Amino acid sequence: MQAIALYITQTIALIRKEMLALLKDPSSRALLLAPALMQTLLFGYGATYDLTYAPFSVLDQSRGATSTELLARIEATGIFARVATLDNASQIAGQIDSGDSLLVVVFPPDFESRLAAQTEAPMQVILDGRNSATSSAAASQIAAIVGAYNQSLGATSPISILRRAWFNPNYESRWNLMPAMIASLSMLQTLMLAALSVAREREQGTFDQLLVTPLTPSQILIGKALPSIIIGMVQSTIIFLVILFWFQIPMAGSVWLLYFGLVTFTIAAVGIGLSISAVSLTMQQAMLYTFMLIMPLMLLSGLLTPVRNMPAILQVATYVNPLRFGIDTVRRVYLEGATFADVATNFIPLLAVAAVTLPLSAWLFRNRLS
Amino acid sequence: MNRSASVTRLLALLRKETRQMLRDRSNLYVGLALPLVLILLFGYGLSFDVTDARVAVVMEDGSAATVNAVAGLVGSDYLSPIWAHSMFEAEQMIRADEADAILRVPADFTRNLTAGQGQLQLILNGVDSNTAQAIEGYANSAVTSALLHRADRQVDVGTEAASVAIVQRIWFNEASNSTWFFVPGLVVLIMTLIGAFLTSLLIAREWERGTLESLFVTPARPLELVLSKLAPYVVIGAIDLVMCLLAAKFLFEVPIRGSLWIIAFSSILYLLVSLSLGLVISGLTRNQFAASQIALLVSFMPALMLSGFVFDLRNVPVVIQVVSNLLPATHFMGLIKTLFMAGDYWPQIIRANVILAIYTTVLVIVARRTLAKKLD
Repeated sequence: MQAIALYITQTIALIRKEMLALLKDPSSRALLLAPALMQTLLFGYGATYDLTYAPFSVLDQSRGATSTELLARIEATGIFARVATLDNASQIAGQIDSGDSLLVVVFPPDFESRLAAQTEAPMQVILDGRNSATSSAAASQIAAIVGAYNQSLGATSPISILRRAWFNPNYESRWNLMPAMIASLSMLQTLMLAALSVAREREQGTFDQLLVTPLTPSQILIGKALPSIIIGMVQSTIIFLVILFWFQIPMAGSVWLLYFGLVTFTIAAVGIGLSISAVSLTMQQAMLYTFMLIMPLMLLSGLLTPVRNMPAILQVATYVNPLRFGIDTVRRVYLEGATFADVATNFIPLLAVAAVTLPLSAWLFRNRLS
Repeated sequence: MNRSASVTRLLALLRKETRQMLRDRSNLYVGLALPLVLILLFGYGLSFDVTDARVAVVMEDGSAATVNAVAGLVGSDYLSPIWAHSMFEAEQMIRADEADAILRVPADFTRNLTAGQGQLQLILNGVDSNTAQAIEGYANSAVTSALLHRADRQVDVGTEAASVAIVQRIWFNEASNSTWFFVPGLVVLIMTLIGAFLTSLLIAREWERGTLESLFVTPARPLELVLSKLAPYVVIGAIDLVMCLLAAKFLFEVPIRGSLWIIAFSSILYLLVSLSLGLVISGLTRNQFAASQIALLVSFMPALMLSGFVFDLRNVPVVIQVVSNLLPATHFMGLIKTLFMAGDYWPQIIRANVILAIYTTVLVIVARRTLAKKLD
C-alpha cells in the first residue's frame, strides 16, 4: 500500500516539475495556446471547398430571349457574378488567363434559331481548370441551372432523383474540415512537446540526473507523457469550443465518447513523440524528426482528401497513422452521432500504436545512454 | 577595406558551414528526403478524384424497368454498387462506414414510371461534402445514361424537344485531374519548408547555444556570416526545385507550359524571401522551440492552408483574403500554378516578382537589424 502511495507521490512530483519547465516562460506559455486558437479561426474561415464567388464573363452572340433568361438564372444564384461582357471570341483568353473570370459562357449566333426549330442548342462553357475543385464545382452548378431550365421547357425526364444528404445537409465543407482540426491542430504541438521533453534534458545533460533518482522507467514515462497529454487535451478543448460556439457546427454525438476518442488518440501521438525524443541526441534532431513525421501523418490522414481516394498501398500505410483514426473518430462522433460500437474498430490501431511506442520509449530512456 | 580578404573569409566560412551541415544528417533529411516524400505523397496520395464510391442499392421494386434504371451504376468506373436487402441494412452500412450512399428504388417505382414520373431516392453521407457531391453527380449521369438507352430503344425517335446542351471546355487541366492541381503548389511548400522552417530552427539553435556570438568576435562581418549560413540552404533549395520539376514532368506528367527560366528565377526569389523570413524569426526568438513554432505558424501552415494551395481564395471571406494577400506564399502560389498549367502570362509574372522582391528587401533590412543589435 505504502509502495503504491510512494509511487504516486514520486510520479506527481515529476509531473509538477515537467509542467513548471513547460509553463515557466511566458512566451512559451503563449505559444501553447495562441496558435491553436488563431489557426482554428483562420482556417475555419479560410479552409473551404464551397463555391461562394465565381466571377464569369459572357459572350452572347445570339442576343435572344433564352440567353437572357439563362444568364438571369445564373446570376440569381448569388454565386456567379458577371464581371465582363465580351464582344468577340478573342477576348476569352484574356479573361481566363488573368483569372478575372473563372468561367466564360458563350452563346453561339444560331442558339436561338436552333431552339425555335425544336432542336438541341449548344451553349459553350469555358472554365479555368487551374483549381480543379473549383472548376468542377462551378461546372456542376451551371449544369444544374441549365437542367432546371430544360425542365421548364417541358423536357421533363421520366426518372427524377430525390437527394437527401445525411449529417451535413447543405454540403458545407467546413463541417467536414473543422472537427478534423480538433485532432490535427493539437497533434502538431503535442507531438513536438513530447519529442522535446527528453531531448531537451539530454542536450542539457540533466537526463542523467533524472536516471539516478529513485524513479523507475515507468514513472519517468508517465511523468514525461502526462504533461504533453494534458496540454494536448487543453488545446483540443479550445478548438472544440470554438467550433461548437463560434462556428456553430451542431454536435450530434456524445461529448464523453468524443473525449474518450481524443484522449486515446493523444496518448498514441505522445507515444510517437516520446519515441522520437528517446532516439534523438539533441533538440534539433528531435524537432526535425518530428516534422518529418508530421507531414506524412497529416497528408495520409484524410484531413484534406479522403483516404479512400488514395492508392491501395498508401491506404494500407494509413493503418499505423493515429491521426487517421483520430480524425475519423472525431468526425463520426461529432457529425454522425456515432456510438461507441460504430467507432470501436478505430480504437484498435490507436491502442496498438500506444502499446508499442510507450514501452519502447521507456526502454530507450535507459538503453540509449550506453 | 580589403576585398580579397573578405572573399577569403567568406570561403572559409562557407567551408565551415557546409561541413557543419554534413556532420548532423538530420537537417539533410529534412532538406532533401522530406521534399522527396512530400512529392510522392502529394502526387500519389492526395486526390479529390472519387473512384469506386460504395453505393448501397436497395431494390424494393424488382421489375425489368428498375434493373435498367440502375444498370448505369454497375458499369460506372466511379461507383461500385453493393446490394442491400432492406433500407435498414443500408442505413447500418452508412453508419458503419461500409457505404457512402444509398440508392433506393421504392416499391411503386415501376407504377409511377409508367405513369410518367418515376422517382428514385438517393441518400448521401454528407460528412465528406466533396465526395458526396461527386457521387451525386455520378449517380445522376448513370441514371440519365440509362434513360438515353431507354429512349434509343423506343420507336418514336422523331420528336426531339427544344433543349439547351452544355459544351464544356476546361482549360489548362482538361481532365480535371487533381494531381495537376497539387503538384505545382508543392514547389511553394518545399521552398517555405527549406527557407523559413529549416533556417529559423538552425540559426535559433546557434543563438541559443551562443555559438553565433562567438563568431561575432572573429573578423568576419555580419553580412558574411549571414551569407555563409544561408548559402548551403540555397543550394538545397535549388536541388529540391530540380527534383520537383523532374517529378512533375516525368512522374506525374504535369504540363510545364511556362518557361523554365522564369520558374527557376521566381522560385529562387521566393526562396530568398523564405530564408530571410527564417532569419528574422530566429533573430527575434533565439529559442529553438519558439522559432520552430512561429515558423510553422506564420509560414508553413498558412502556405498550406491559406495560399490557395488547396482551398480557392475566391471562396473565402474578405478578411481572410486580406490575410492571404499579405503572405508572400499566396503570390508565388498563383504564379507557379499559372506558369505550370497556363504558360507565361506576363502581367502576373511581373506583379508577383515585384511583390517578392519587395518582401526580400524589407525582410533583409529587418534581418540585418536583428543581427546588428546583438553586436552592441
